[in-house]
Amino acid sequence: MISRETLPVILLTSIVALVLSILPLPGWLPVIRPAFLVLTVLYWSTMAPFVAGMALGFFGGLALDVFQGSLLGEHALALSFLTYLALRLNLLTRAKPIFEQSLYVLVALLAYELVLWLIDGWTGRSLSSPLRWVHTLVGALLWPVVVGVLGRFHTAR
Amino acid sequence: MAGFGTSIGRPIYGRGPSPGLRFTVYAVLSLTLMNLDQRAQWSQRIRYGLEAAAYPVQVAVNSPLAAWHWMTDSFSTRSTLTKQNTELRDQVQQLQIAVLRQQALEQENSQLRELHAALPPLIKKWMVAEVIGVDSGMLRQRLIINKGKHHGVELNEPVIDATGILGQVAHIGPWSSEVILITDPEHAIPVQVARTGLRTIAVGAGNTDELLLPYLAANSDVKSGDLLTSSGLGGVFPAGYPVGRITGVRREANQLLAQVRAAPQAKVDRTREVMLIEFDPANPAAPPAPEILAEASAPPPPVNAAANANADEDASAPRAKPKAKEKDKGKSKP
Repeated sequence: MISRETLPVILLTSIVALVLSILPLPGWLPVIRPAFLVLTVLYWSTMAPFVAGMALGFFGGLALDVFQGSLLGEHALALSFLTYLALRLNLLTRAKPIFEQSLYVLVALLAYELVLWLIDGWTGRSLSSPLRWVHTLVGALLWPVVVGVLGRFHTAR
Repeated sequence: MAGFGTSIGRPIYGRGPSPGLRFTVYAVLSLTLMNLDQRAQWSQRIRYGLEAAAYPVQVAVNSPLAAWHWMTDSFSTRSTLTKQNTELRDQVQQLQIAVLRQQALEQENSQLRELHAALPPLIKKWMVAEVIGVDSGMLRQRLIINKGKHHGVELNEPVIDATGILGQVAHIGPWSSEVILITDPEHAIPVQVARTGLRTIAVGAGNTDELLLPYLAANSDVKSGDLLTSSGLGGVFPAGYPVGRITGVRREANQLLAQVRAAPQAKVDRTREVMLIEFDPANPAAPPAPEILAEASAPPPPVNAAANANADEDASAPRAKPKAKEKDKGKSKP
């Protein structure tokens, strides 16, 4: 189990992921950009559920709301829901082979985007295009890379 | 085996409240925030504070791009600088000629309007702001600029560049503000076809080079290449500023409305500096002040009835009322 000493690492990687999430990109790149912060939060709440709890999800989501100018609390709700799923199911998913984990990640990202989509629809905030679902697939495909990169920041599993 | 079921619900090595309880707390918190942000006014203050906290990060995230622009600017060669200089000189001369012509026109205009004094200048105050961030969401078309409340930016202030209208201020932070572009699908701008004077509304399409005009009838007189200018209705944008140019008109036999597309005139995706403008309400070209609009729409029933009466010439019943009024007026006169 990961000890509390990883907390600075968790915060640092989350901030880097947040910057990657809001970095202005040209052309079609925003469409295929994976939700870096969501993947990072998902990783830490699966691997270190008692260090990076739901607070990370909530405040990370709130940061996304502020920077993306969406309805305040929208991403916060979606990301705390995602952390909740990860906390409940981490015993189930963390020991699985990496490609099976990717499938779980796909489902989790779809659930995350579904929450956002529903809130967008209810509040009439913005039109939605089918392209908004693309990043879930990219994120799931990128999951092995996320595990490879973030796994270097801690030793014990 | 028996312990397996409980270990999912209640982790053996856990401490603190269960995930379900914590999730409920955070969910209620987010839902409250959303509700406040959607309805209440004072949540603007939370957003204001959060935007202040976000400003350094926005600057930091934008710094690689800014550094690149600075590099290319400072290492540009002598020949490009000379070329740019001559181009700018040419431009200044052309603008000076245009200004001379405009002064004459303004004088003539005030004479035609039988005003003794010259009209006040349309633009009361203007401010140049630098773009420090682009909202890269898929359909969202927003800019973050480096001027905020401390510089005197106000909500719904029009934002233009040298070629046309860009958008308006949507959120204000202390040192930065968010601009919603005319190409954002949540934005609509009242426009007028310059050639015919036809008024309609242009809605953003969600990408940087397209506007949609969804409310034009199939038989309306528009064609590709027509210039769209702001109509001055709606109380935000002044009249007569270029908005876009129509790029395509599609009419189908079974559709009541034409499908009209336009390209924004302003360089929505290439601009690095934008201009915020504030208008003098005394000038006739300025958008009407919100108070006037509120007054105009305050007593709706009589106004609407009169409007209907004028529009529907076939309906006899509504027409009777204005006639009666005229009679009354005639009677009251001696």
